[in-house]
Amino acid sequence: MPQVNASGQPYEDDAPEPAAAPAAQASTDALDDLLDEIDGSLQTNAEQFVRSFVQKGGE
Amino acid sequence: MRIVGLETEYGIADPDRPGANPILMSSRLVSACRDALGGLTARWDYGGEDPLQDQRGMRRERRYATGDLLTDSPEYDEAARGVTLRRRRGSWEDPAHLNAVLPNGARFYVDHAHPEYSGPEVRSARDAVRWDAAGDVIALNAAQRYQEIEGERVALYKNNVDGKGASYGTHENYLIRRDLDFDALAVALIPHLVTRQIYTGSGRVGLGLHGETPGFQLSQRADYIETEVGLETTLRRPIVNTRDEPHALRKRWRRLHIIIGDANCLEVPTLLKLGTTSLILAAIEAGDERLEALELVEPVSDVRTVSRDLALTARLRLRSGEEATALEIQRALLEIGRTYAADAADAEVVARWEGVLDRLGRDVSEAAREVEWVAKLQLLGRMRSKNAGPGGEPLAWDDARLAAMDLQWSRLGDGLAWRLASAGAADRLTTDDEVAQAVAQAPTDTRARLRGASVVSRSDIVDAAGWSTVVLDRDTRHGNLEVVHLDDPHESTNALLDSLIGG
Repeated sequence: MPQVNASGQPYEDDAPEPAAAPAAQASTDALDDLLDEIDGSLQTNAEQFVRSFVQKGGE
Repeated sequence: MRIVGLETEYGIADPDRPGANPILMSSRLVSACRDALGGLTARWDYGGEDPLQDQRGMRRERRYATGDLLTDSPEYDEAARGVTLRRRRGSWEDPAHLNAVLPNGARFYVDHAHPEYSGPEVRSARDAVRWDAAGDVIALNAAQRYQEIEGERVALYKNNVDGKGASYGTHENYLIRRDLDFDALAVALIPHLVTRQIYTGSGRVGLGLHGETPGFQLSQRADYIETEVGLETTLRRPIVNTRDEPHALRKRWRRLHIIIGDANCLEVPTLLKLGTTSLILAAIEAGDERLEALELVEPVSDVRTVSRDLALTARLRLRSGEEATALEIQRALLEIGRTYAADAADAEVVARWEGVLDRLGRDVSEAAREVEWVAKLQLLGRMRSKNAGPGGEPLAWDDARLAAMDLQWSRLGDGLAWRLASAGAADRLTTDDEVAQAVAQAPTDTRARLRGASVVSRSDIVDAAGWSTVVLDRDTRHGNLEVVHLDDPHESTNALLDSLIGG
């Protein structure tokens, strides 16, 4: 079953290297792409993902 | 700068089995970490004896123990410096408390129901950032090995809340002089800890212990702080923690253990968190009287007030009778802290501190490249607009998509925070090469060098290691282990260990 947290890949593999001198526009485009990707994955199962994230207290 | 260290408890989950046992997963993760490092790790040295461990499975807290119970205390004494002998014991390890001392001098282990990375001792905020980032890489590598070994997935989160009431910590440690009056220190430090949230907060969707009230706040930890000063870390959590394990010469040093901070996925907040706090501690050590003017009337409730004040305009009551915003208090602290900058690394902290306060003061959104809660809030804001309702109203704060993004923000491997940095939208202080080096090697200017190098080059004779010990198992000692005491965290050389590691 696909999950919103399906990717186990390191971020280096699927995101571009940091730009040497990031132009504001380039950064905005990259964020738009990121938002589209998040939006697409969250439409289906965000609620289940959030509900199933249960931790025990720590420290 | 003084000796500092940073501990991170990661959230842990199996995406395919939401109910999976987190202690078992954490234990397997530490085991996988050892495996990923090819066995170049050591066990943790809990000391020669554990006199407070009750056979019935309970453990008496040290503060309730009478002196005759503390049979392990000579190991803390100055007279015991150097090398002492210890009776050899069995080598059984409790899987629920599995440990790995790493080549970079860090400790990776099971703490309660979480995997924890306790970074090595470092001497600058920038080094703290490097070895903290190294911890994320180490944890992620362990998770990948775990998946290969176990055939199951594991996801790790660098955050502090699950939104159902549980919180887990990111703790800072600062070496301070023993002769400071602790109560006076706490009073002087609290205004900084309450107000630094404006640039150290990592942002949280939801208000209240269970996130029951829709909204966004600056800090992950704010809602879990209940008292000003105290020993506990899991209930009645204090702004200033009084745990007194110096891991150093007790009569000279104290280890200040700060538990109020958020886990940070961006690097600038980590630099500022440790750098500014160290400078304020220097001001306290110097008895700087300017700090008195900043003392707060109600610091515990101010923690929440500041965390919920996205406009940075809330006024806090001072004991002097005046009122001030968190930003104004931070500006005053900057002027005090500036006086104590002792080297280039401190100067970098001061410059960043000043720049961030300026940008936050002009327009909060200008600090989005540096301040994690602002970056998170901006991304969430764009998602809210993108999914606006028919009347143009933004997505409501209680929509599960926003809570999901809050979690995805901090997930190791593909977390949104790191993807923003990769997209050039957040400042990085390290390079990938620097972090890779910090995965493999300990800092060279603290005792962590001796610990890390012993693990890497003499795993054949290292029985275990702790913060202030390296325990050697050499056949020449007729059934005894040799405990090498490293009571001064600043000392990066040791005659015996250097002769063994070829330093």
